[in-house]
Amino acid sequence: MSERAAVESPDKKTAQWTRKDLLSLEELTREEIEHILVTAESFKEVSAREVKKVPALRGKTIANLFFEPSTRTRTSFELAAKRLSADLVNFSSSGSSTSKGETLRDTAKNIEAMNVDTIVMRHSSSGSAEYLARSIRAGVVNAGDGIHEHPTQGLLDIFTIRERKGTLAGVRVCLVGDILHSRVARSNIWGLKKLGAHVTVCGPPTLIPPHIEKLGVEVCYDLNKAVESQDVLNILRIQLERQKGAFFPSIREYAAEYGITRDQLRRAKPDVIVMHPGPINRGVELSSDVADGPNSVILDQVTNGVAVRMAVLYLTTLVER
Amino acid sequence: MPVNGARAEKQVLDGPSIERTLTRIAHEILEKNKGVEGLALIGIQTRGVTLARRLGELIRSISSMQVPLGLLDINLYRDDLTRVAEHPQLHRTEIPYDIDGMTLVLVDDVLYTGRTVRSALNALMDFGRPRRIQLAVLIDRGHRELPIRADYVGKNIPTSDEEIVHVRLTDPDGREEVVVSAGSHR
Repeated sequence: MSERAAVESPDKKTAQWTRKDLLSLEELTREEIEHILVTAESFKEVSAREVKKVPALRGKTIANLFFEPSTRTRTSFELAAKRLSADLVNFSSSGSSTSKGETLRDTAKNIEAMNVDTIVMRHSSSGSAEYLARSIRAGVVNAGDGIHEHPTQGLLDIFTIRERKGTLAGVRVCLVGDILHSRVARSNIWGLKKLGAHVTVCGPPTLIPPHIEKLGVEVCYDLNKAVESQDVLNILRIQLERQKGAFFPSIREYAAEYGITRDQLRRAKPDVIVMHPGPINRGVELSSDVADGPNSVILDQVTNGVAVRMAVLYLTTLVER
Repeated sequence: MPVNGARAEKQVLDGPSIERTLTRIAHEILEKNKGVEGLALIGIQTRGVTLARRLGELIRSISSMQVPLGLLDINLYRDDLTRVAEHPQLHRTEIPYDIDGMTLVLVDDVLYTGRTVRSALNALMDFGRPRRIQLAVLIDRGHRELPIRADYVGKNIPTSDEEIVHVRLTDPDGREEVVVSAGSHR
């Protein structure tokens, strides 16, 4: 192999990956994000093969540590790990030692003591992933920490936009819905801005965090106006489980004001793409005819999610500890 | 030509010789396989792809038959992946045809330890069950670490383990030559 390395060096891109953790898109450079996207393209091809497996992480162990319920993200990480030939163990909070009072750090230390290379964690506390990464030697991939970030979701959204629109530079993206509680929104904003997209956030004033313009986004409270001239509508889920503070009068009123329907799409560009991180509340933030319609790329997001997570696990797990 | 400081480069093949060598290999492939029936080329990223594409064009000009081409990136199959300090740049893998029952000619620029070819064989097995796999290389520089040999060799170049063989092709290098340089080996 060494002669190949020597031969290839002239045209080799210099983007290097040195992080054992992926905690947020805020901390990544534009080059690092692009490196993940390019790497994910190779992995998308692997998932299209008849034998959907490469030996890249053979002998490595990855642990899914989910303190919040999740089916899609956990399964997506699980498939990603398996398609890289890594061994995977699942820990969930219910029925585990956490419910017996063990601290997060102790739980992780115990998992690490079993020689796990990378821990994929979802937790309801913002900042928990960073705390964990500082506490252990194993790598940490943030699969959603509170209302902070969900970096792999942000990456797969960006991957999907790039696949459809060819670039991110100058692309107009509108995030619609509950921006306040959305870690998906935060990861999208950081990533999209770094790649040169124009980002608008739209939702009821109670669900738009104050001073969000400081992140370089435009704020719009009128959905009818916001959908015009957008290339991408990324619709966030109304997180009914987090709606304890009466942020809007009723689900029905929210749907009437901020739900995306076919009528709304008529105002948009004909080639607008509609995205949603799932799971969809049909008839609330998104009507069924839009979710299943020709502008929807929701299932492409799911497909791309596996490729992006393969890229992230591949890059972080192979970094020397 | 930019010569890297005191590190002297010795040219072992020039542009026209590379073209003649590839033409000979194209003829040998046709001779050995008695035509193009069931034949396909697989180039190993990145210079093997350029060479495979050119062999395909030469075969077409000789036999007026088109041979399918595939691209293979072997990095995910490397046996030292968990040991190398930096991540290798991944390239596209694209085999747009069913390889079951085919005769595949695997093409690479330099045959050295044989580990790249081992990785490529493993990768191909994940795509199906070819009838046979042959190996074509522009340069065989010796020093094999695995029991692998090439079916078609452009030029055998005796080297020491410390030397580096550079294959430069118009695509992507802008000029054509094969040179050997003494160098600190990686």
